[in-house]
Amino acid sequence: MQFEPIRSLELRGITKRFPGILACDHIDLAVGEHSVRALVGENGAGKTTLMNILMGLYQPDEGSILLNGREVRFRSPNDAFAHGIGMVHQHFMLVPNMTVTENVALGMKSTHRPFRLDLGAARKRIREVSERHELPVNPDAYVWQLSVGEQQRVELVKTLCLGARFLILDEPTSALTPQETDELIELLKKMSRELSVIFISHKLHEVKALSDTVSILRRGRIVFEGRTEDHSPADLAALMTGHEVALPCVECSDAAPAEGRGLLSVRDLRVRGDRGNLALDGLSFDVAAGEILGLAGVSGNGQRELAETLNGLRKPESGSVLLDGAELGGRGADAVIASGMGYIPEDRNTEGIVPSFSIRENLVLKDVGTVDWSRGGFLRLGPIARNAADLRERFDIRCPSVDTAAGSLSGGNIQKVILARELARKPKALVAVYPTRGLDMGAEEFIHKQLLALRAAGVGILLVSEELDEIMNLSDRIAVIYKGRILKVVPGRDATKRSLGLLMAGVLDE
Amino acid sequence: MNAGSFILNILILGVPFSVALLLAGLGETINQRSGVFNLGCEGIMAMGAFLAFLPPYFLAKTPLAPSANLIGILLAVAAGALLGLLFALVVVTFRAPQGIAGIGLQMLGWGTAGTLFRRYVGGVTGVTGIPSLPIPGLSRIPILGPILFNHNPLVYLAFLLVPVFWYILFKTPWGLKVRAVGTYPRAADSLGIPVARVRYQALALGGAMAGLAGAYLSLAQAKMFADDLIAGRGFIAVALVYFGRWNPVGIMGGALLFSLAQSLQLSIQVAGIDFPYEFAVMLPYALVIVVLALVRKARMVGPAELGKPFDREQRV
Ligand SMILES: Nc1ncnc2c1ncn2[C@@H]1O[C@H](COP(=O)(O)OP(=O)(O)OP(=O)(O)O)[C@@H](O)[C@H]1O
Ligand SMILES: [Mg+2]
Repeated sequence: MQFEPIRSLELRGITKRFPGILACDHIDLAVGEHSVRALVGENGAGKTTLMNILMGLYQPDEGSILLNGREVRFRSPNDAFAHGIGMVHQHFMLVPNMTVTENVALGMKSTHRPFRLDLGAARKRIREVSERHELPVNPDAYVWQLSVGEQQRVELVKTLCLGARFLILDEPTSALTPQETDELIELLKKMSRELSVIFISHKLHEVKALSDTVSILRRGRIVFEGRTEDHSPADLAALMTGHEVALPCVECSDAAPAEGRGLLSVRDLRVRGDRGNLALDGLSFDVAAGEILGLAGVSGNGQRELAETLNGLRKPESGSVLLDGAELGGRGADAVIASGMGYIPEDRNTEGIVPSFSIRENLVLKDVGTVDWSRGGFLRLGPIARNAADLRERFDIRCPSVDTAAGSLSGGNIQKVILARELARKPKALVAVYPTRGLDMGAEEFIHKQLLALRAAGVGILLVSEELDEIMNLSDRIAVIYKGRILKVVPGRDATKRSLGLLMAGVLDE
Repeated sequence: MNAGSFILNILILGVPFSVALLLAGLGETINQRSGVFNLGCEGIMAMGAFLAFLPPYFLAKTPLAPSANLIGILLAVAAGALLGLLFALVVVTFRAPQGIAGIGLQMLGWGTAGTLFRRYVGGVTGVTGIPSLPIPGLSRIPILGPILFNHNPLVYLAFLLVPVFWYILFKTPWGLKVRAVGTYPRAADSLGIPVARVRYQALALGGAMAGLAGAYLSLAQAKMFADDLIAGRGFIAVALVYFGRWNPVGIMGGALLFSLAQSLQLSIQVAGIDFPYEFAVMLPYALVIVVLALVRKARMVGPAELGKPFDREQRV
């Protein structure tokens, strides 16, 4: 594989429209050799769209791409690969029922012999790349067997195996644990001596740690470009959102936690995971009204099973879940919803919304049978439309109209739709699972404020997160989950990153 | 008749019965692995059966008679491939719902074949068909010989195609692409695999196999053509693909199971065993339903995007 080295890559006047939306609006962007360009911006600003254009996946409506000063046209990703450009996509592009080697071979055209797939060559290449960059992967594992962090590594290895020397990374850290993130940043720093990188992230400390220059995108336009070292994360956040961003914290809010018996009490919960293992093994905790209990832990320690059980999506083997005195353990989702439980699920696309339904419909989905939204078996379209218009305004949902399919929104806006629905229902308790994963600073600030407002209104909140900052900022108490049990509960103000990190690793020192 | 020869008879009959299902099922496996299920399989088989029947019927008294069967088979295969491409045009390019389009194709093939048959042939007419070709030596092995090595060439071909299709699916670049576009087309697309083209190719191959399966029915199994010759075998083939978990070896198992049940019920009738024949006829079909209901959910095996059209710029 011999490419002409990429000394400069330039996008000129790139414009892309989707029905009702100008996703990229005359964007100019230039990246030089051996440099890391960070691209940041709110959800839906057009970052992914721009990168998909650069990869030849989308065709721009206007504008051109220049490579070393010469205009090129990319009609498919093959053209981009042919010039040594590779991308790690925001959503994993790995076929789950194929092995790591097969996934790499799929893109490595040199392994496509006339009547034979040369998996040996692919495996050899994987080995070379993973040794060279210290990215251990098991070439024979099936992708579905891998953890999220491992899949992220495979994505990177795959892209490098295809010969990429200009690397686009679209939110590569959004699903990684803090340790994994640190490792990746270190690795990218090393790699940037040989390659050029475009790095997309919502986490500004990563941008600071890694990039040489930064571009900020807002509503499809570049609104700022500059050297990273000249600007603080706070500056960048302000430039990105158009206002000062101050993440709220529980200590700064005046509402004191309501003392008293648990509003939501979980006792001795035992639940099986998908593979038949005991995912929750005698787990207990209490959340009082007006309290945020943070649940910290490395993902995969039972968080998902807990959230599903609390919301009637998984049957416990034993144990009880009491909400305001009513037993919910083992009852169906409808009963749980009716009893006043709110839920912000982990996977917003498959659980929180029906992607093909409009925003309007998704906003009433949980209570569509009640008199608010239907009468005599007919939908009350008037109130439903008014509800949607009102929530769109209050939650700043960015969409062409409330009739747009919810699935076509950017991640942050889907999250706002879910949040709007859950909060408008006035729940007694709320289970929020990774509520700000993949969201921009502005959206994160907004969601944090909403959670604190709910707390002040007397809602008991279980906040599941891997972001220690988020947990520490918002929680009255922090419970650390490890292997399906609560290892320890500490008051929020006593917690430090270090102590939580140790607990999350299962170390319980007195 | 003693029990031994009763069972031997069931086996001897069952093997050739399985061939039409096996051929069509192998083709449908490729279709479904690429993410498209073709319910029109039955219709393609009807067209294949009809077209394959024509040359031996019309050329019987001409010098071309010796190669008439071969011409018929080629005609059926070509027509099957074309119908597969037609189906691809409808469901891949125009993104029509696959279930409805498949039923349409089934009716198109079935109706066209039936109408043309009544118009130009009419009545029940037989053809000589494809003679059997005992394999020298092997066919004289006791028990195994008559079960496995005393059939017409298409039977051997069908069983040889099982490892061939397995190899294609799991060991060739094309098979890899087929599996990728059926499971996660967006990922395949992001690697520069032309999703639509691969699906067209898969549907053409699947159609050709269904055409061949039809030709087998009219030329080798029934040695005649009739409106209802296919008798739901196309739909059974589709069901067998689920049963066999999108794996050629599994398809073969399913096809054999079904056809052994079929030959069992025939043998029951022929032997004059006192058993209501309506129930005997139901047996294989009931078996398919029961088995399908019992098959464990195939997580992480089959094509996850089965039935869904792909559009690069569409998010939902
Ligand atoms: N295929 C599509 N069809 C319709 N609209 C789309 C499509 N892809 C993106 N959009 C819209 O274009 C805008 C830009 O989306 P894009 O995914 O590029 O945002 P982003 O900056 O990557 O956001 P995020 O940080 O959430 O990933 C959004 O408003 C989105 O709804
Ligand atoms: Mg994006």
